[in-house]
Amino acid sequence: MTRKQKRLAIIGGGVSVIAAAVLLVLFALQEQIVYFHSPSDVVEKQVGSGTRIRLGGLVEDGSVVRGQGSEVAFAVTDTANTVSVRYEGILPDLFREGQGVVVEGAFPQAGAPFVADTVLAKHDETYMPREVADSLKDKGVWQGE
Amino acid sequence: MIVELGHYALIMALATALLQSVLPLIGARRMDQSLMDFAPAASLACFSLTLFSFFALTVAYVTSDFSVVNVWENSHTLKPMIYKISGVWGNHEGSMLLWILILTFFSALVAVFGGNLPSTLKSNVLAVQAWIVSTFLLFVLLTSNPFARLNPAPIEGRDLNPILQDIGLAIHPPLLYLGYVGFSICFSFAVAALIDGRIDAAWARWVRPWTLAAWTTLTAGIAMGSYWAYYELGWGGWWFWDPVENASFMPWLAGTALLHSALVMEKREALKIWTVLLAIMTFSLSLLGTFLVRSGVLTSVHAFATDPTRGVFILGILVLFIGGAFALFAMRAQTLSHGGIFAPISREGALVLNNLFLTTATATVLVGTLYPLVLEAITGEKISVGPPFFNLTFGPLMIPLLLAVPFGPLLAWKRGDLWAVCQRLYAAAGISLLVALAVIYFSTGAPVLAALGVALGVWLMAGSVTDLLTRAGVGRAKLSVLWPRLKGLPRSAFGTATAHFGVGVMVIGIVAVTAFSTEAVTTLRPGEQTTAGPFALRFEELRPNNGPNYTETQGRLTVLRDGEAISQITPSKRIYTARRMPTTEAGIMTTGASQLYVALGDETADGGTVVRVWWKPWVTFIWIGAVIMSLGGIVSLSDRRLRIGAPSPKRAKTPVPAGETQ
Repeated sequence: MTRKQKRLAIIGGGVSVIAAAVLLVLFALQEQIVYFHSPSDVVEKQVGSGTRIRLGGLVEDGSVVRGQGSEVAFAVTDTANTVSVRYEGILPDLFREGQGVVVEGAFPQAGAPFVADTVLAKHDETYMPREVADSLKDKGVWQGE
Repeated sequence: MIVELGHYALIMALATALLQSVLPLIGARRMDQSLMDFAPAASLACFSLTLFSFFALTVAYVTSDFSVVNVWENSHTLKPMIYKISGVWGNHEGSMLLWILILTFFSALVAVFGGNLPSTLKSNVLAVQAWIVSTFLLFVLLTSNPFARLNPAPIEGRDLNPILQDIGLAIHPPLLYLGYVGFSICFSFAVAALIDGRIDAAWARWVRPWTLAAWTTLTAGIAMGSYWAYYELGWGGWWFWDPVENASFMPWLAGTALLHSALVMEKREALKIWTVLLAIMTFSLSLLGTFLVRSGVLTSVHAFATDPTRGVFILGILVLFIGGAFALFAMRAQTLSHGGIFAPISREGALVLNNLFLTTATATVLVGTLYPLVLEAITGEKISVGPPFFNLTFGPLMIPLLLAVPFGPLLAWKRGDLWAVCQRLYAAAGISLLVALAVIYFSTGAPVLAALGVALGVWLMAGSVTDLLTRAGVGRAKLSVLWPRLKGLPRSAFGTATAHFGVGVMVIGIVAVTAFSTEAVTTLRPGEQTTAGPFALRFEELRPNNGPNYTETQGRLTVLRDGEAISQITPSKRIYTARRMPTTEAGIMTTGASQLYVALGDETADGGTVVRVWWKPWVTFIWIGAVIMSLGGIVSLSDRRLRIGAPSPKRAKTPVPAGETQ
């Protein structure tokens, strides 16, 4: 091969790998990202059933009900609107009523409670998930600094 | 008093670093030896002052001096001594001080071991390093002073975040920072070379040991962090594609690419411009990681306290160094001469392929990490990019790269013979296929992909053994000379083979735990049983227990195999008294390379306890693989060629070792 051909081979190989990566990233960004919603967003934007979302807010006081085994039901609120959530599994250590929480999952069908497969609480007692803090600030019920 | 001295020492360090940023540069331009000699002396002084400052803060922690705000916020008299010491860097201010300590440590190392560097290059490198030191010292002194006092002093401290009260805190951050910050030396070398406008194979030979050292510790640091998160968080996962993990993983990927491209530059004087660019990018990613983790734009256990001024300051540092380095690069890159040419099928070609895949993979991780931040800044829409994104983008890029790994070291420089290499790898390929069939045969219902994944790991392991054997001359030389020839191979050959072997071990661990682990959440009352993998677990009791600064509820479970008790697992839920904060301590039993992992949940109304049980076959291979990779780095570092430093370019053309001739 001449010098020019060698260079072309290397550049061609490089461009094809990068093109493949760009396509993968674009595809994944369409399919695999999860939007964050507050309970009010859920009501206003009519999130379709089966769409994975992250739902964040405060765990409503008095809403936590433990069912059979590791089933738990609770409500996530931003004080304006409230969404009921079902979850099966172990709750994080810092999951408490009146505290911030982010859950990930989907509505199985319209009108049914939200089914979460992941519940994220915070890493220490002074910390509030940022998305939750922001959406509470929007609603004017933020009590932190 | 010692606290004030520590603060003062830090200010003195800043003054020294500022002088060190300017004087050696002038010296290098004017060829003034006395000004250039200032650089190593200043580096050592700066390191000593920072070390003293760090020592002063440690003393404040050890003696529980709560008149220091930082100690009051993060310590407690009842905290065990090891956490008092490691707690020094278990907070924002202290961890930044550790950052700077390691930064000055590396510049002191260059000052001490850089005797064979040309004096202008050494001066420039140390000056550039001092720029970084100065900006970070300014950052600490202006926005994150660890020595701020509190009056009146409280009687008791607020204790360290319980998640951090673990031996992991003593090991993970120092190792991680050694790697993370170690890449600053490569950056300084690159910028110094650009200032000089001159770069050659000898440059690559000086840079490689630093890259290797940083890479080795970063590998160990990330692995340690992964294992820590695995057993501490009680989620049973070893990698979450959390932005904070990505922040350390991106410099690792770029650093791995740098390690390989510097090899091409050292041996063949090719890829010069690319290697310099990669050195700049690697440390830029370290800085970006520091920004992401420390500024509070991300929410994680690593973002200790969020203060907007800090974020803006680090962003300023980021723009200054990355922007400055790239501007310099754009101005000077053309002046660097081009190196030797090579065929696409050659050792160089394989290393270019490695770089192509690794940098593309770095870019996908970067996109996944920054996209949510950018999208929120532009549209206000909040999204999260989780594991599915990375599995879909990063995964497919890694598979061809890993498949190609065994070919690389077997190809000759300049022009390789792919067909001959394939023939040498027949045995490795055969073994991998047999293993794939065995996996399908023995684990009923194993997905074919899992079998292929395990085979990929075996392929990497067998490939690295093949590499060593081929170099020793198996199949061409007599059996009696094989052993002496194997022993005579350069240490770097062993290092390469060991590191690639480690990748294989890690791949097997990842595949096994992804495909074969089982997970169950059940409610157990005392005496009840559940099964996990080949074991049965009997829940015995819940009992209260007291630790030095916590109280806990400990579950006791007996592990049974074929009805016989073989071990006990004691997971617990702790409440740390000072912060009233609960944590989960997982119970882990290791058998062979596999682990049984038990986490406790809440107690139910009917007297049961929610228990989450994972059976994780071969999971420890993930971290063992990483440790083997680090060992490979250490073996490579001990190579004679790196120990005695860079010879003149003429002597760089060493005779080609056996096995590379073709």
